[in-house]
Amino acid sequence: MTATVPPATLPVDVEPPRSRRRRASLRARSERRLGWMLCAPAVIVMLLVTAYPIVYAIVLSLQRNDLRFPDQAAFVGLRNYADVLASSLWWSDLATTFVITAVSVVIELVLGMGLALLMHKAIFGRRTVRAAILIPYGIVTVVAALAWRFAFDPTTGFVNALLDTNRSWFAERASSLFVIILTEVWKTTPFMALLLLAGLTLVPDDLHRAARVDGASTMQRFTQITLPLMKPAILVAVLFRTLDAFRIFDSVFVMTAGANGTETLSILGSNQLFNRLNLGIGSAVSVLIFVCVIVIAVLFVKGFGASLAQQRGERR
Amino acid sequence: MNTKTRTEKAFWAAGTVIVVGYALVPVAWILSLSLKRSDDLTDHKFVPRSFTLENYRNIFDDGQFTAALRNSIGIALIATVLAVGLAMFAAYAIVRLDFPGKTVVLSGALAIAMFPPISIVGPLFNMWRSLHLYDTWPGLIIPYMTFTLPLAIWTLSAFFREIPWDLDKAARVDGATPFQAFTKVIAPLAAPGVFTAAILVFIFAWNDFLFAISLTSTNRARTVPAALAFFSGESQFAQPTGSIAAAAVVVTIPIIVMVLVFQRRIVAGLTTGAVKG
Repeated sequence: MTATVPPATLPVDVEPPRSRRRRASLRARSERRLGWMLCAPAVIVMLLVTAYPIVYAIVLSLQRNDLRFPDQAAFVGLRNYADVLASSLWWSDLATTFVITAVSVVIELVLGMGLALLMHKAIFGRRTVRAAILIPYGIVTVVAALAWRFAFDPTTGFVNALLDTNRSWFAERASSLFVIILTEVWKTTPFMALLLLAGLTLVPDDLHRAARVDGASTMQRFTQITLPLMKPAILVAVLFRTLDAFRIFDSVFVMTAGANGTETLSILGSNQLFNRLNLGIGSAVSVLIFVCVIVIAVLFVKGFGASLAQQRGERR
Repeated sequence: MNTKTRTEKAFWAAGTVIVVGYALVPVAWILSLSLKRSDDLTDHKFVPRSFTLENYRNIFDDGQFTAALRNSIGIALIATVLAVGLAMFAAYAIVRLDFPGKTVVLSGALAIAMFPPISIVGPLFNMWRSLHLYDTWPGLIIPYMTFTLPLAIWTLSAFFREIPWDLDKAARVDGATPFQAFTKVIAPLAAPGVFTAAILVFIFAWNDFLFAISLTSTNRARTVPAALAFFSGESQFAQPTGSIAAAAVVVTIPIIVMVLVFQRRIVAGLTTGAVKG
């Protein structure tokens, strides 16, 4: 009864309690039917709005389909994919997305761990901290991005005055990415911290006390006891945040709209679809992003799934 | 934990102060911008020299913002009710009933939670245009509902799992059907979980930007985040920064109120998810 995972991240125990197994078959059948009936609406909605469109996206991606020239629509096989993969834009956007994802997730993990420890250890002000960090979590991403954009903006912002420079932050790649990552980190570290906190509360105090008696330092206790026991929580948090950061769209759109080498894959897809109205190429990009997400998820599960399963097994 | 030293205490207290500052600085900044007079907008000061409500008056006089606000509230509330309603049935079935395929439902929901929305925005755009759902409330409600169903199902399953089994069994012994056991016994007990799921779903729908800019084009269905992004170009004001800031503050207020009032629930919903796994 102790595994802690966020709502939408880990396969949860779906086994019914043993006592429910033995049931008259009539009841079992009506139970089965009711189960399906109760699940049906949600399942149908989810299938209609995700599975069907993704199939449709694959179909569109195999066509020349430009809304500006609707009569030229035709089946072109994999040509759209070839075009996308042959363009340097795709690869530079992939690199940008990767940089934003990797850097922000690493920073978030470190800061999030600090925050989690703070919330775990603080005797007074725990509620204050919790309420405070929920504000970045809850705030509309566009608002957060606007706030930071105005803060760094040379005409309206206070940052330049504070740092005593005249920098135009959004005029070049590195500084733009810096602000984008800052915004991302500011907004999502609390989420990371809450997931880590949940893992932290599972580490038994007894272990710490025992280690302290044995003469382990604070640092030793953290690396030898806390971290290993938190591994599942860390993995889940990192996986979740990685996939989330990989689809970054809102803040980039608001701050630079992809200018100066800050274009991410989601921005690329949306540009192709809605600015160029090229459904064929845009869908090819969408499908490729989907494939990337699957690859990331599979890599995580393959790389860490075993240790996760092991951890969960031990607990049972 | 009474072995804490005084320095340790001071260390954590300082941490608390830093964190509160960290969380509040951008919010305070946007509030400050919204209260600045238009002449002071470029003064590079964090705190306004003089306060004015002029920006707020402007946005509420502007039909564009009030329409967007109405759309945001309506769409988010309807999506929340629908998502939580459907999720409630599914979560109940998953937790309390024995039927093949529930693992598939749960893992399918998980897959959708990780699904990149950009991947289906194009097809939806095309489908919505032929179904006349483009630029309408249902056109946004449907994707919001879908993308929040996994979160709602998982959160509710976790909460439902904590409900005492015996009560349900007692109801069945007393002759209640599984359906009656649901409406009469479980539903009232489940209310806190339902409420938590609703808050999380509402935050998602209130927050969304990608669907909002892709599937709407006018005041008919455009929500505040989308309106905010397009404010700058077509605003009639000399300096739209103040208006944008005021609008941003207005959409942030409900979130801050929710966070302060329901912090415990939100944290529980985000983390306890499957504590009872």
